Amino acid sequence: MIEIRWHGRGGHGGFTAARLLGLAASVYGGNYSQAFPSFGPERRGAPVLGFTRIDIEQINDHSQVYNCDYVIVLDETLLDTVDVTKGIKEEGILLINSAKSSEQFNFPNNIKIRTFNATKTALEVLGVPITNTVMLGAVVAITGVVKLEAVKSAIDEFMAPELRDKNKKAVEVAYNSIKGVN
Amino acid sequence: MSELKMEKKHFLSGDEAVAYAVKLCKPDVIAAYPITPQTVIVEKISEFVAAKEMDCQYLHVESEHSAMAASMGASLMGSRTFTATSSQGLLYMCEMLHYVSGSRFPIVMVNANRTVAAPWNIYGDHRDSLSQRDSGWIQIYVENAQEALDATIQAYKIAENSCVSLPVMVNLDGFVLTHTYELVDIPNQEMVDEFLPSFTTTNKLDFNNPKSLCFSASPEWQTEFRYQQYEAMEAAKKIINKADEEFGKIFGRYYGGMIEEYRCADADYALVAMGSVAGTTRLVVDKLREEGKKVGLVKLRSYRPFPKEYFQKLGRRVKAVGVIDRDISFGYEGAVYSDVKGALFHPGAQVKTINFIAGLSGRDITKEYLTEMYQKLEAIDKGQNIAEVQFTGLRWT
Repeated sequence: MIEIRWHGRGGHGGFTAARLLGLAASVYGGNYSQAFPSFGPERRGAPVLGFTRIDIEQINDHSQVYNCDYVIVLDETLLDTVDVTKGIKEEGILLINSAKSSEQFNFPNNIKIRTFNATKTALEVLGVPITNTVMLGAVVAITGVVKLEAVKSAIDEFMAPELRDKNKKAVEVAYNSIKGVN
Repeated sequence: MSELKMEKKHFLSGDEAVAYAVKLCKPDVIAAYPITPQTVIVEKISEFVAAKEMDCQYLHVESEHSAMAASMGASLMGSRTFTATSSQGLLYMCEMLHYVSGSRFPIVMVNANRTVAAPWNIYGDHRDSLSQRDSGWIQIYVENAQEALDATIQAYKIAENSCVSLPVMVNLDGFVLTHTYELVDIPNQEMVDEFLPSFTTTNKLDFNNPKSLCFSASPEWQTEFRYQQYEAMEAAKKIINKADEEFGKIFGRYYGGMIEEYRCADADYALVAMGSVAGTTRLVVDKLREEGKKVGLVKLRSYRPFPKEYFQKLGRRVKAVGVIDRDISFGYEGAVYSDVKGALFHPGAQVKTINFIAGLSGRDITKEYLTEMYQKLEAIDKGQNIAEVQFTGLRWT
């Protein structure tokens, strides 16, 4: 089973990304998945979490996620207040939305870090600094947990018609950008 | 399952899954009053109604008490009805719960399990529904979003059976199920129609057959009314199992009716669980089985009626039984534990028991906690002295 934690702030769409990934992996990817937010009241701007579990078998685990294969940080400023490295597995990856390179981050335990400037891509493609679908594209490129086409289908099912094309573009630009440098 | 019967898969939250179930059951009247973590159910249904995908009266009532009163009024006219609530909302409609069950109206309600204040808290445990144990409602507890959908459809089949004619409360864990998205099959309408025909009853106001309903009964008759409720609950035991079997034949999914056993056939130690924790417990059972431990899970689906006969037999088969209670009856022990223990200690049973109070007010029940529970069952069986009521994960001991 693959377990993913999304760090964002209320309003960033972190849970939307968690849910889109779950939808893509299950309905359009042939796997089972779960997606859930950090439970409770939501406040705009406050640190919030989203979780996605993906497995080839039915997921019966209804306890919380403690150990993660991937941790996604939508907002770099969260690093000041939240321990985003908590529970990352040994082979896990921490993906941060940042203009910095991964070498410029210094976490203990040699955690594998990847960065992607999702804010820049979001401003270019969407015209607003909403990075959830851009980061989703980066996640797909880096982890390979689902196919790009499955994510596009999920966006078509989930998002309002006027948002679909540009968010599919956002996912694709991020995906190609990362695949290009690999 | 044949190709023809394959259903379309969706990625839904538990609340959304319930809303789809309600839509498929075609209720005539829905009384809606929001409360976290149930609100999405009535919101989603209102979207169906607004889009004319459902043909029903959608009532915006001013409280939970009114929601149940309105449901009762509608049922009194022979309508199939639905409402949903949680926590304080369930407590607020408490008076009407008794009116409905005593008047034998087969209303289906979904309760998103949430603790009750104080301390105020919106997260899940079973203290809301278990406090309504004696309200005369059938209570079913579900493990995941798919079962929430399926149990809601089954609930109408059970409630409206003429031998039962009792209200049914389907309970799903707040947030852990209501707000978690999972892969869910939505059955097609024709299959649901085959399983659940339209509602007909003689227990209604009818110009052509005038009678009184919801009347007062003097001491000369009250006992006989209560006896009939008792008999109806006893009859419901068979009907719950039968509804599950019929459902399974059509939809290919079986839940075991009143209870489901998981790897219990040769088990020495069994944990009894209700709701979402049953799923997590399966994983722990599998892991401990790999280590050679003879452990199993009893998933209790029907709390009322209570499967007493099953536990009487279980008490003669296993060495120790633990009961996970997401509640506590102050002054005694967990409510589910009392019932299980009462049935287990049928003459001839030598079983040892522990009550695990866990998952209160949304505290996570981890796989580590569940493993410890099985370890304690083994320890008590081997003669170790362990306090009967254990608060799991307590900050101090």
